Amino acid sequence: MSELVGKIQSKSLFDSKTKQFFSTISGLFILIIIFSLNNENFLTTANLLNVAVQTTPILLIAMGQTYVLITGGIDLSIGSNIALAGVTAAIFMKAGIPIPIAMLLGLGVTAGVGVLNGVMIAYGKLPPFIVTLGTMTTVRGITLTMTQGIPISGLPEAFNNIGIAKTLGIPNPIFIMVIFAVIFGFILSKTRTGRYTYALGSNFEAARLSGVNAHMTLIKVYMFSGILAGVAGLVMAARIISAPPTAGMGYELDAVASSVIGGASTMGGEGAIFGTVVGAFIIGVLRNGLNLMGVSPFIQQIVIGVVIIAAVFFDKLRHSK
Amino acid sequence: MDSYLVELRDIEKEFPGVKALDHVALTLKHGEVLGLLGENGAGKSTLMKILSGVYQKDAGSIWVNNEEVAFETPKEAEAKGIAIIHQELNLCKHLTVAENIFLTRETTKFGFLDEKEINQKTQVILDSLNLDIKPTDLVSSLQVSKQQMVEICKALSIDAEIIIMDEPTSALTEKEIEELFGIIHQLKKRNKGIIYISHRLEELAHIVDRVTILRDGQYITTMDYDVTQLQQVIKHMVGRAIKDKFPRVESIIGDVIFEVDHITTPTGVKDVSFRVRQGEIVAIAGLMGAGRTELVRAVFGADPITSGEVRIEDQLVKIRSPRDAIKNGLYCVPEDRKKDGLSIKMTVNENMALPNLDFTTGRLMTSEKKEAALTKNMVEKLNIRTPSIHQKVKNLSGGNQQKIVVGKWLVRDAKVIIFDEPTRGIDVAAKIEIYHLMNRLKEDGIAVIYVSSELPEVLGLSDRVLVMCNGRLKADLKTLDTNQEEILHFATQYDALEER
Repeated sequence: MSELVGKIQSKSLFDSKTKQFFSTISGLFILIIIFSLNNENFLTTANLLNVAVQTTPILLIAMGQTYVLITGGIDLSIGSNIALAGVTAAIFMKAGIPIPIAMLLGLGVTAGVGVLNGVMIAYGKLPPFIVTLGTMTTVRGITLTMTQGIPISGLPEAFNNIGIAKTLGIPNPIFIMVIFAVIFGFILSKTRTGRYTYALGSNFEAARLSGVNAHMTLIKVYMFSGILAGVAGLVMAARIISAPPTAGMGYELDAVASSVIGGASTMGGEGAIFGTVVGAFIIGVLRNGLNLMGVSPFIQQIVIGVVIIAAVFFDKLRHSK
Repeated sequence: MDSYLVELRDIEKEFPGVKALDHVALTLKHGEVLGLLGENGAGKSTLMKILSGVYQKDAGSIWVNNEEVAFETPKEAEAKGIAIIHQELNLCKHLTVAENIFLTRETTKFGFLDEKEINQKTQVILDSLNLDIKPTDLVSSLQVSKQQMVEICKALSIDAEIIIMDEPTSALTEKEIEELFGIIHQLKKRNKGIIYISHRLEELAHIVDRVTILRDGQYITTMDYDVTQLQQVIKHMVGRAIKDKFPRVESIIGDVIFEVDHITTPTGVKDVSFRVRQGEIVAIAGLMGAGRTELVRAVFGADPITSGEVRIEDQLVKIRSPRDAIKNGLYCVPEDRKKDGLSIKMTVNENMALPNLDFTTGRLMTSEKKEAALTKNMVEKLNIRTPSIHQKVKNLSGGNQQKIVVGKWLVRDAKVIIFDEPTRGIDVAAKIEIYHLMNRLKEDGIAVIYVSSELPEVLGLSDRVLVMCNGRLKADLKTLDTNQEEILHFATQYDALEER
């Protein structure tokens, strides 16, 4: 028996998760090859670093969205949370609060929004779509009220460094992105919280009857999403030394797109941080490559839309086999 | 030749691994109510699904008005005047009564829906039955009994000659049942034929002319029926008990370890108390809807309770969620393994480890090694047939799936384990393995609570039988001193005039 088990385990290189891994990542490489053949400026260190920096905010929020999608939910409030974190931190910085503390306060507020989402969904049994649609609008309204609609600018230079400066030749946002991807990838694949996240999305009732603390796990997941949106908001504000109340509008759907291209299912139970990283980069590379080719932003939207549907379609095909 | 409205001859139907119907016959006359009886799994519903075109027969013939028919779809059966009213009503709650009755048969005027016309037609049908319902009422605003009337009106609106009712009274109060019987009498007068499936044998006597009895997919008999023949009917339904199929073991029965006191729930369990001792298998028997699953779910913390107490080893335990139950060594193998027991998209290993991550996880990280060791151990111990522990559960047979649901609890120290219909839908070999498993637990001094609809199984395995009916505990019987007739007697002891 154990011999048989061993044999099949060694074959698991080719199981469906691994196949998905390869198909998404090969999609990214195909794009990179196409763009490098088309434009000599694409495959340069400067441009690739640029792609990575531009992808950072989307990737950060997409990781949170991946957690949420795996539970079978959706978080529409992350775009508004991006603005809330930036504006909150900016207000405190202007009030003379030390930068790290101001940033933590910004993150605390967006984590709070996440917890609120989670509580309403877990205990109030309200649909995630409605709850986060509500907080999306409310939070946007709050940021607009806090700023009277005017971006808060003139932030300290040290804060700007977080977004602009390079360490060892690599822009800081990339380090931030990697650190958070490692942390949240680890939580999802290697901790009980991560396992429970999959279990809830796979079969909520079975997980609950197995003793999983379903409510707590849901709240944690929405809190993660809030925190990651906050980090994205701070990185964005740091790069432009300004916190506009309109930051991050529509980003929540880019986050869904990245997760889904990376193999997450909107029905829950499926998804992984590595896939989401690749998904976010597929969108980032597409935008950058099409820009270099001089394709108009209008047409870029058409292309990205088609890619989202095609990615999910091929995923379905693979599953139905 | 008699003129039957419906005649089924030698109907056979096989599902993978199960002969669901074996040469079953049935006749129905004009203006007659025929009761169709049998225990759970006897084949009543399958037979009616064949008659109404939901399933196709493997062999045999169906005659309607002396004409042989073959239905590929429910629509075709409907065209021949056959309507079925399922236990779970098939109505669109957000539409009105008239919209439901004429769904897919809407009348239009210049391409627009003609609400007036269908409302008028509906009113005519409602009036013919003297019903106090308006065509424009939303179905969601009606009580269940009225919704059932809407289903009957729907059947009348297609001029159904044959109306099949599957457990029509299971959700009704006594008064509503009387109302329903009044309607059935009217339908009889209109020369309709009615096939009536019910477990409520006493009640049945008021309404049916004849009964046809099935057992294990076989035709047993058809007889005239009134209340004096109750015992005879039960005997036919039950057949001869086969006791030696089940490997009963004797064990030393210890102290009371599990006490349930006066449990009442919003789901319909009423003031139930019982005790279970170490090393004892206590079965909970009853018919569908008796409240057995509701009781064990509430005890396990899956559903809230209104009042009542649970004690484990003389300690009062507060169980507000399954987590609390699990912490106290009380586990439950739920009734519907695909819905409540397993994540079928996840692997054997992931399912097995889910409740046991507290054992396998280090300070921070989950350990694949420890999880795999735990799973492999259980796979071997329970003889779970799977090509790999990383196989998705949905690819395994029902029996092996069930062993995973059971196995995930056996990793932990158990005091009480609840099995809710553990052998439903699994093959005989796997059933026997589950029996042996329960016996092993009993020998280890664990209190086993076991809900089952299969009386021979209950009699063969348990030490005691609790019988429930309509949310109440009706009897606490020593298995060796009882028999199927007595259990069925208590299981059909509905309280007269009780408000639900």
